[in-house]
Amino acid sequence: MILQQVSSPHLHAARSTEEIMLRVLLALLPGIITMAHFFGSGVFTNLVVACVAAVLCESICLRLRKRPVLIYLKDYSAVVTAVLLALALPPYSPWWLITIGALAAIGLAKHVFGGLGSNPFNPAMVGYVVLLISFPVQMTQWTAPSTLAANPTAWDSLLAMVGSEAYDAVTMATPLDLIRQNNGLMMSALWQHYPQFGRFSGVGWEWINLAFLAGGVWLVQQRIFTWHAPVGMLAALGLMSALFYDGGSSASGGSPLFHWLSGATMLGAFFIITDPVSGATSNLGRLIFGALVGLLVYCIRVWGSYPDAVAFAVLLMNFAAPFIDYYTQPKPYGHKPPDADK
Amino acid sequence: MSTIYSFHGGIHPAEHKTESNSAPIQAAPLPPCLIVPLSQHIGLPAKPVVKVGQRVLKGECIAMADGHLSTSVHAPSSGYVSAIESHVIAHPSGLSATCIIIETDGCDEAIAATPHPDWRSYEIGELLGIIREQGIAGLGGAGFPSAYKLNSDEIHTLIINGVECEPYITADDRLMRERSELLEQGIEILQHITGAQTVLIGIEDNKPEAIEAVRTACKHRDWAVVSIPTKYPSGGEKQLIELLTGQQVPQAGIPADLGIVCQNVATATAIAQAIIEGQPLISRITTLTGECITEKGNYEVRLGTPIKYLLEHVGYARDQSQKIIMGGPLMGFTLPNLDVPVVKTTNCILAPGDNELGSETRTQACIRCGHCAEVCPASLLPQQLYWYAKSQSHEQLKAHNLADCIECGACAYVCPSALPLVQFYRAAKGEIKEKSIEQRQAEIAKSRFEARQARLERDAAEREATRAARKAEAKAKAKQDARFAGEEDPVQAAIERAKAKKARLQQSGEADSVSSKLDELKAKVERAKFGLEQAQSSGKEEKVLTALSASVQRLERLLAGEQAKQEQTQEPSE
Repeated sequence: MILQQVSSPHLHAARSTEEIMLRVLLALLPGIITMAHFFGSGVFTNLVVACVAAVLCESICLRLRKRPVLIYLKDYSAVVTAVLLALALPPYSPWWLITIGALAAIGLAKHVFGGLGSNPFNPAMVGYVVLLISFPVQMTQWTAPSTLAANPTAWDSLLAMVGSEAYDAVTMATPLDLIRQNNGLMMSALWQHYPQFGRFSGVGWEWINLAFLAGGVWLVQQRIFTWHAPVGMLAALGLMSALFYDGGSSASGGSPLFHWLSGATMLGAFFIITDPVSGATSNLGRLIFGALVGLLVYCIRVWGSYPDAVAFAVLLMNFAAPFIDYYTQPKPYGHKPPDADK
Repeated sequence: MSTIYSFHGGIHPAEHKTESNSAPIQAAPLPPCLIVPLSQHIGLPAKPVVKVGQRVLKGECIAMADGHLSTSVHAPSSGYVSAIESHVIAHPSGLSATCIIIETDGCDEAIAATPHPDWRSYEIGELLGIIREQGIAGLGGAGFPSAYKLNSDEIHTLIINGVECEPYITADDRLMRERSELLEQGIEILQHITGAQTVLIGIEDNKPEAIEAVRTACKHRDWAVVSIPTKYPSGGEKQLIELLTGQQVPQAGIPADLGIVCQNVATATAIAQAIIEGQPLISRITTLTGECITEKGNYEVRLGTPIKYLLEHVGYARDQSQKIIMGGPLMGFTLPNLDVPVVKTTNCILAPGDNELGSETRTQACIRCGHCAEVCPASLLPQQLYWYAKSQSHEQLKAHNLADCIECGACAYVCPSALPLVQFYRAAKGEIKEKSIEQRQAEIAKSRFEARQARLERDAAEREATRAARKAEAKAKAKQDARFAGEEDPVQAAIERAKAKKARLQQSGEADSVSSKLDELKAKVERAKFGLEQAQSSGKEEKVLTALSASVQRLERLLAGEQAKQEQTQEPSE
């Protein structure tokens, strides 16, 4: 009689990597829908092109690395990367731009380093930065939100996707652009002058950020990741903007609320810096990692030369993650000094 | 009411207790053949005291404890010793070990017991002796000789472990429900032996009937029966201590360092039986459960009962590609075959259906999600340990405290990539151990070489000195001869020479020779110990092991004697 010999434990919880990835995708939905509401169907063309390009690239890389393609595709990690990249790009981006970004993310940032689990840098952010540096013009053309100008039609978005000259959208500077380029106007005047600003931080942007926040909070509640990194980042960003907020002079960097709800803040806090592979390991490490990202985001937004800063901040901190890990190793059981009162 | 603290991490797997905890404990039938291993505990195997062909009675000692870190073994029923031979035993690696095989005669005739109802009048040492002689070892799963564990001074807190946190197992649950009076007596004895002022009895809150029964039995005592939240691995000794006292056992230390001693409920009950009734440990309560068993429940099983016999009795329906687990689904191990006997540590036999414990999932890459670190009760970083174990970075493994891993399996349980983490850690621990043995071997060889080198140098110097002295003497003599030719008494001269030689030897040699003798002995002890360890790890025969351990002990005695002598001679001079 042959009995199976297996090492303990013999029991496994049901949750798998694909389930984690699917929940992340699900949590992105509110943000995607809100974004589509304000920027139109270009959000979807972005997503479709990015997913197709990423999955194709992933398949080719897996084939080259002699891995079973279908089984590995099923972990949905390529799709998550593609969706994050697509959401970071301006809607109505041409297909070639998105494809180059996806290739950089999947091929360069992920598979060159050994595939899922081995990448030192966040793949989506590598893709984004490659594009931002290579194609600054295309990367900063954000369509005006629907409440300020009519959204392009679905036909327009297709034209935009194939890169046709016939597509000509109304683009507008984002609130983050305006603040950075502002010289001379008081905050209140800025708000009055430009319709983009909306209530707190920009028409559309405030809602989009709130939607990503909601999805992120759900993921924390689902225990997909812990609260440490997002809270660290938002706290540091809030603290920095509060510290340097002078009530609204022309030199002001914007209020905490403005920074929390503009640009890619919430997307970054809950979906980018929570990437476990390229982030810090322990909970304390994650808190520090997040806080330093928040600090960098503020510095780059206000004093740097790029309007938004999440991608650069994340990549810079990816470099520092092993260093943070080294200093934040938790104290194991029995290593604490015995209670002083005992 | 006692405060309940908490420990880091832990998991909440499906409990699966109801399958086996509703029916009372039944007696398992007596098998025709009992296979009784000499080593059912941690420490040295017991030494057989019976011969093949001899008739033994139930409860008769068939193997004596070999030293303090050992316990005796008794015949679980009457019959004839048919063999004393190597047999496959319950061990994660499917090892074989010496077993006494008894063909039972069905009479179940017992040897006269010596009860000690007046145990309070006994010396602590005597009680510990009874516990060792009656073969009591930790029944919770580790099998640590109880007398050894209880033999520590300055214990202020006695913790009784009725947590039983592993899924499926309900042996302690039923025991607490049905034998709470005996348990109460056992705890009283344990309190008496340890001199503990505080007694804490920890039971998980998924066993309300057991808590109630123990509370009722102990209501006239000032002991605290603490209901602790259900979480795996609350029943781990270190975790339970933290839960009940808020203290952590220091790294590489033992609970006694904190003045705490822990005993399992089944062990406490067995101790009561051993002392009050004079009954040795010859049976235990084992949970038989899993989808492949039709009559799930708890059975009082004679030690040595082959698993196969037991499973046939409880309607074991064999599935394809079946595995049989001894212990629980998280820390238990799969059996190599069904000829393995039940031993003192067998708290559960789990015969799961094909998909009962979840289907086999393909392992994926670690994404460092960190769920493992969240559940690790030792507060380690399993994801980091995994990388380092994979790359065999032993220094990093040590820096990340692999040694503190208790192999509870919580990390592997939650791993979304289904990585066999515990297996990696076990392998890495093995590698590190092997490496340290090699290192020690090298060190011993080096010190031996250096000692030899020093000895050769010393000898050469001595020879040189002797030669020089002789030369000088000869010269002097020649001079003397020349001066007082014919006047010298040859006897007197010989005496003078002998005196001179003695004085010389005393000067150079004495102090040296004592310490070098000590060093030599120390080196010998080292070598012998090392040899024993190697023999143990390479699974040498029992005989070889016993011989080796005997020689270690002899050498240690010699060394101790020699050291005492030296101290005596040194003391007056100080």
